[in-house]
Amino acid sequence: MAEPILSVRDLKTQFFGPEGVVRAVDGVDFDVFEGRTLGVVGESGCGKSVTARSVLGIVDRPGRVVGGSILLRPAGGGAAVDLAKLSNEEMRKYRGPEIALVFQEPMASFSQHYTIGNQIGEGIKLHLGLDERAAKKRAIELLDMVGVPQPARRVDDYPFQLSGGLRQRVMIAMALSCDPRVLIADEPTTALDVTTQAQILDLLRSLQQQKGLAIILITHDMGVIAEMAHDVSVMYLGRAVETGSVKEIFTAPRHPYTRALLRSIPTVLAKPRTRLPTIEGSIPHPFERPKGCAYHPRCAEIIGPVCEKFEPPAVNTADGRQVRCFLHGGAPAQEVAA
Amino acid sequence: MIAFITRRLLLGVMTVWLISILSFVIIQLPPGDFVDAYIAQLSSSGSQVSAAEAENLRKLYGLGEPFYVQYGKWLARIVTGDFGESMEWRRPVTEVIGDRLWLTLLLSLSALLVTWGLALPIGIFSAVRQYSFADYAFTLVGFIGIAVPNFLLALVIMYFSFVWFGASVGGLFSAEMALAPWGWDKVWDLMKHLPLPAVILALGGTAQLIRIMRANLLDELRRPYVVTARAKGLSEFRTIVKYPVRAALNPFASNIAYLFPYLVSGSIIVSIVLGLPTVGPLLVKALVAQDMFLAGTIVLLLGVMTVVGTFISDLVLMWVDPRIRHQMD
Repeated sequence: MAEPILSVRDLKTQFFGPEGVVRAVDGVDFDVFEGRTLGVVGESGCGKSVTARSVLGIVDRPGRVVGGSILLRPAGGGAAVDLAKLSNEEMRKYRGPEIALVFQEPMASFSQHYTIGNQIGEGIKLHLGLDERAAKKRAIELLDMVGVPQPARRVDDYPFQLSGGLRQRVMIAMALSCDPRVLIADEPTTALDVTTQAQILDLLRSLQQQKGLAIILITHDMGVIAEMAHDVSVMYLGRAVETGSVKEIFTAPRHPYTRALLRSIPTVLAKPRTRLPTIEGSIPHPFERPKGCAYHPRCAEIIGPVCEKFEPPAVNTADGRQVRCFLHGGAPAQEVAA
Repeated sequence: MIAFITRRLLLGVMTVWLISILSFVIIQLPPGDFVDAYIAQLSSSGSQVSAAEAENLRKLYGLGEPFYVQYGKWLARIVTGDFGESMEWRRPVTEVIGDRLWLTLLLSLSALLVTWGLALPIGIFSAVRQYSFADYAFTLVGFIGIAVPNFLLALVIMYFSFVWFGASVGGLFSAEMALAPWGWDKVWDLMKHLPLPAVILALGGTAQLIRIMRANLLDELRRPYVVTARAKGLSEFRTIVKYPVRAALNPFASNIAYLFPYLVSGSIIVSIVLGLPTVGPLLVKALVAQDMFLAGTIVLLLGVMTVVGTFISDLVLMWVDPRIRHQMD
């Protein structure tokens, strides 16, 4: 397989609040390839969105990327740039032209005080150096590309004049305004109804085919992952517990958490009147992170004391997957202090 | 949009009309008719009014006729610019108020500019650097500014400028200029005297607006659209000024309506302390002396200013917030 555009290694982002430190992202690894979609899946609060923001260096205070590397390979080849080491000022020229974000709430993610043309054109003027008129022309082309009807008229509309589906299309147009190579979509369809969801996913897929975009798709919806992703990373409490191709993960999940997640998808083939399996318990409070494997208190396949005392290392399995679970090997090397 | 503005204008005229009734009621309030009061007042100051003169006055204002006839006659005279005669000053009310109105407006606008010029940047800074040393310092100064009455501040400043510099800071003109006819010298004199009262009048409002701006901006800074702007690669300064600050400006716009009358009525004590030739002290004197035409006129004036302020504030809000602009279509 080709070199990944973006390689994230051991990414750690922590929030330094008055009550203590929250380890929101605690050692995440993943690779994103041109023309492929990496699905990042997990329950709310597992660090998916913070991972996305960490990659762009826009984590809100008091949060901060404290460790790891974010390697971006330049378009023409050459040595990779470690985004985690750049200053905020240096990082700015990567936001938009290299990596762009699509957000969950298209209503709240637009300012209501400016027209969509103004908000799309802003990045174009900044990064591509176009003037007002050329930026507006490009904004209209982008709106046309993402399927907004009557783009020349819509460009002067305000976000509150658009429907939810249109707003998300405009959001995608804005993200693509400077031809990024990596698109991070943070729950892009969560706020939309099912029909619109399917349309937006189709749009993302066709844009990916046209432009060879590398997409990181963050979601809690296994259905969306099955439909969109090539590779999947399952996150639990700030860590990727299992990473592999979508087919392998759906047909033969290795990590007990992945198995539990897949069991809890409703299916039309289930016998009527059977209860949908759920995962016992709930995500622990960030300050009460369990010792050892963070998942062990909820795990149905717990081995024994080893899970309670040691943090399982990432193990590369023979079929090219990565799993963090003692069921699949790995020496309990380092004892984790609570 | 034009329909909206027309409707607002008509409503404004209606409101002014209601205020005029209120003003007239104030004029009518003292016992007896005001010609009696007028004669009593004049005789107490030693001059006499002949019976014929009194009869003329009664006829002029329709005294003895029903209330609505009296009101109608009064209103008809106001429309032509005749606001009656001040009993205390024995001159037409328009002449008594005269320059004071423009000086009041000038002082109020200066105070408003100082208020905004200080409150906007400080409020923004305090919010962006929340819990920093400077934020705490501004918060402390701000609360002192809210808690200390303006007139006390005026007294303190007057005291120290007299003790240290031997200068009297009262008034808007120096003694030799106060009665001089208008000219460049007088304008220059006014410019030299204007800043201090403007700053004193502005401080209370500034402290309040800093708190409002800070609180609003703190709300806005946490909104997702700020993250969107950052994700576009905008600089932090541009991100904050273009998006959250713009959204936090709404309350400033809606505040204009109350500022106009407040700057007149809220500044009465300061104006008296500093000896400013503005409308405020005149209203107090007129009320104490039961100088009814003068008092009624000033009340009417304050009402009109509130209505005009509200109208301006509506226009500014429409300009600032496109949601309001589009709701009206």
